[in-house]
Amino acid sequence: MIDRPWLQMGLSDREYEMIVNQLGREPNLIELNMYSVMWSEHCSYKHSRSALSLFPTSGPQVIQGPGENAGVVDLGDGWAAVFKIESHNHPSAVEPYQGAATGIGGILRDIFTMGAQPIAFLNSLRFGKLDDLRSRYLFDGVIAGIGGYGNCVGIPTVAGEIYFEECYRGNPLVNAMCVGIMPLERLVLGKASGEGNLVVLVGARTGRDGIHGVTFASEELSEQSEERRPAVQVGDPFLGKLLLEGTLEVIAKKLVTGVQDLGGAGLTCALTETAARAGSGVDIDLDQVPLREAGMQPFEILTSESQERMLLIVEPDKFEAVEAVFKRWELAPVVLGKVTASGKVVARFGGEKVVNVPAQSVSGGSPTYQPKAKEPDYFKELAAFDPLTLPKIKDYNQALLDLLRDPDIASKEWVWRRYDYLVRTCTVQGPGGDAAVIRIRENGKALAMSVDGNSRQVYLDPYLGGMLAVAEATRNISCCGAEPLGITDCLNFGNPEKPEIYWQFRNTVSGMAEACAQLDVPVVGGNVSFYNEVEGEAIYPTPVIGVVGLLDNYEIQGRIAFRNRGDLICLLGADEITLGGSQLLKTVHGQIKGALAKIDLMLEKRLQLLVRKLILAAAIESAHDLAEGGLAVSLAECSMAAGLGASVRLPATDRPEVAFFGEGPSRILISVSPARMEAVQKEAAAYAVPLHELGQVKGDALLMFCGDDLLVQQDLKRAKKAYEEAFQWIMT
Amino acid sequence: MLTARSLNVWREAEILQWKAKVEVTLKKSVLDPQGVAVENSLKALGYEQIGQVRVGKYLELTLDAADREEAAELVEDMSRRLLSNPVIEDFSYSLQEAG
Amino acid sequence: MKFGVIVFPGSNCDLDAYHLIRDQLHKQAVYIRHDALSLGDCDLVILPGGFSYGDYLRSGAIARFSKIMTAVETFAAAGGLVLGICNGFQVLTEAGLLPGALYRNNHLQFRCQQVNIRVENNKTPFTNAAGNQEILKMPIAHGDGNYYASPDQQNEMEAHGQILFRYVDESGEATTEANPNGSLDNIAGVCNRKGNVAGLMPHPERAGENILGSADGLIIFKSLLSYLEREGAFICD
Repeated sequence: MIDRPWLQMGLSDREYEMIVNQLGREPNLIELNMYSVMWSEHCSYKHSRSALSLFPTSGPQVIQGPGENAGVVDLGDGWAAVFKIESHNHPSAVEPYQGAATGIGGILRDIFTMGAQPIAFLNSLRFGKLDDLRSRYLFDGVIAGIGGYGNCVGIPTVAGEIYFEECYRGNPLVNAMCVGIMPLERLVLGKASGEGNLVVLVGARTGRDGIHGVTFASEELSEQSEERRPAVQVGDPFLGKLLLEGTLEVIAKKLVTGVQDLGGAGLTCALTETAARAGSGVDIDLDQVPLREAGMQPFEILTSESQERMLLIVEPDKFEAVEAVFKRWELAPVVLGKVTASGKVVARFGGEKVVNVPAQSVSGGSPTYQPKAKEPDYFKELAAFDPLTLPKIKDYNQALLDLLRDPDIASKEWVWRRYDYLVRTCTVQGPGGDAAVIRIRENGKALAMSVDGNSRQVYLDPYLGGMLAVAEATRNISCCGAEPLGITDCLNFGNPEKPEIYWQFRNTVSGMAEACAQLDVPVVGGNVSFYNEVEGEAIYPTPVIGVVGLLDNYEIQGRIAFRNRGDLICLLGADEITLGGSQLLKTVHGQIKGALAKIDLMLEKRLQLLVRKLILAAAIESAHDLAEGGLAVSLAECSMAAGLGASVRLPATDRPEVAFFGEGPSRILISVSPARMEAVQKEAAAYAVPLHELGQVKGDALLMFCGDDLLVQQDLKRAKKAYEEAFQWIMT
Repeated sequence: MLTARSLNVWREAEILQWKAKVEVTLKKSVLDPQGVAVENSLKALGYEQIGQVRVGKYLELTLDAADREEAAELVEDMSRRLLSNPVIEDFSYSLQEAG
Repeated sequence: MKFGVIVFPGSNCDLDAYHLIRDQLHKQAVYIRHDALSLGDCDLVILPGGFSYGDYLRSGAIARFSKIMTAVETFAAAGGLVLGICNGFQVLTEAGLLPGALYRNNHLQFRCQQVNIRVENNKTPFTNAAGNQEILKMPIAHGDGNYYASPDQQNEMEAHGQILFRYVDESGEATTEANPNGSLDNIAGVCNRKGNVAGLMPHPERAGENILGSADGLIIFKSLLSYLEREGAFICD
């Protein structure tokens, strides 16, 4: 008998005391296992809860905010969008294919469990630099896994972002997002309500996969992590697809009163969460759980993270119909027990009661920590750095090519052509633009969606970086002409028990919250992944923002490509830019330093309103957000997408690289037909958004003047080659 | 003639358990891109000694049959019908009595 | 005119085919389950794309034994028109209704992209609305689209005009670069000897609207419609 077994399970002495108090006695080992998984950071959010309460989570369009399996926003006309993002970082570090695949499987279930038809996947990935063999292995494995699962279930993977930094070498990030739609009245929540209702399990057999997977996720990675391999689950996308179809059918036919998918912490989480939400209890017989392996113990059955399983709450007289539906999908639902009014989760095994715990204690009884925050020494040091002390750029053409070739910027087609982004024939804009646009057949509308985060900026200035992240994500949606409706966030950080890390977290969340409030975009759900550290070295603070926006007509939307020679190229938005924290600094000088350009959130708001208006009125030909690499890179991207050259002139300055490659928020590059220029200028003035005419779409080359100096003269074909072939070169 | 087989039939029909190991490989004439990729990876790791690599599938089946002949017939049938695609694949197998 | 779209466990593009037929062609389409015993009164049958049975063991290897395949085989033997798209093509080769086999792409990756295919024989029910050697643009999305046929099978197919489509570049050349998966002789689609069963790896049902990238896929469906309207039923020559 181990002394203080709870310590080995990730619970502190104090937490154990709390459990004993809440329970009124000491828990048995099985119950202790349940508390251990549910009070893990991954499931309980005990270190993040207090900061997360800063997020604005409501609005007229919010049907369901944080707290359920996914967030729900109203699209009008009786339709709703359901979306969420989740991390699967630690499993992907150990087994990239299955880690990524099961991440996709899990987020898929979070969407259809609410009754929504999934319509798209997005993902945000981060790895170490690709000159490292292991990083290439992880990169390739994760992409293969995302495609392997997503393609098989027939949901298109339509957008994403990928970045490469030293700090992610041993701790890659895999954040998977899914978006679904449904008629609003179909919404089903994860509640075990109705005394006497049946608690039903359907899907895969339960094995020993992933036991204590959430405790694994709630720890730093070390050499021992390889030995934790059994904690990696294996997905079956074929079964996932059958489960998806069967579950949507029983929900559409109103045969179920509650649905919850089994993810982290398996049956324990599903039972305690659904009971806690309803204020009810459940009484189940573990012998009824179909098993894949012989001799499984109660605690194993309860904490197994075998994939592709759903929990359904079914009125007794509807069970037969539920069975009939699932039979047609080759699945056999099994009754585990009943909903009770006791508030307790009771489980029996071999005829004996082996678990008897209050649902709201296991799910929700964990403490809320107020971790200490301490500003790290690096912060002021790095912010004080003046990028202009670095050598001037001598060859602008070379600098631009270096940026276009950098894996952070280069075309990701090598990646996304491994995903089916066209299945379901609703992809009106696929990967490669600012956001993806998926049409809704039923009402002619469309959803724009994207996933964004600049972790270098957040590292340099968490508060400002948090604001910038929300601004950029929503701006990308506005650049398609769509109105952002809501945000789902995945917050990837190091160990929050370290004051410097918690300082990063708290400030990032504050910044995000401020931007969400000012820009009127609520957070409807999300995920926190802590303990992303290897041998004590943390990743950059990495908030990943997923946004969904609405277009009233799928045929009218913004795209990044220029359209006609002769169109005027203009820069809309803020003037404040800097090389601090810029891609140029990293790519050319190998530095991640400097203060970031500030953001004026009111200007950002007006800019987004303006660009949406211009797009929907067909007043502009193209729109593209400025991000990594600044103006030069955005200009190149608009040109390359169109196969049309451009010529722009910026005011003379003695540091042209700032104007060309400097970065700052609230900036959009548009192209306008000369006939409409006056009207566009009027609108910009009305919205108090600065507009600078820079040049014209013309020729077959990219020409950038600073004053009278022609500094960039790049043949478009050559730029395209560097941009499009970068990954092919690196990976072969 | 009294064969082992008819002896079985004459006795209580005894069903034995067999374990079949089936190997399915691409026909020699078919290009094996996976094999080529593995061969190149091995060479890149420094194994100059490697010649050709062919990648196939390995399946383990447990089945009931009265005797080895019957088991073999079953395995061949299954392999031809489902486990391999005769247009493009060959198969071979071994049989042993399961404990 | 009624199209039947077979749905195997794991099929995905049944939805896409159904919508193209209904929304772009304005014809009737019905879903037919893998365990149905009859095709009802359908005039043509489509085996759609997707991952039937997860592509486990081999793509289409398990689906070909579905109950409905007996009805499909009978229908085909009697001259009924059958079109297999992507996974559907794989099922038809596994079932022996089309010659050859499909296996892993030569570069070993799943590939989703627009391709150009050249119509090699426009005198079939599937291609009569296309010009001879016309180039059609439509997307592929597959991991096992590498077409293989034995030299004998290949000669047979050449002799009887059974090669329907080849992957080509923008100028119409069947180059190696234009071949997205290593298929023998850039073959993208074939038909049987009689000419009433065809299969192709690219997705014509995803090329029905310009806003989605191309409307060239309609040519194949329109060929089928015009053939049936003209002939009433399949004529075997």
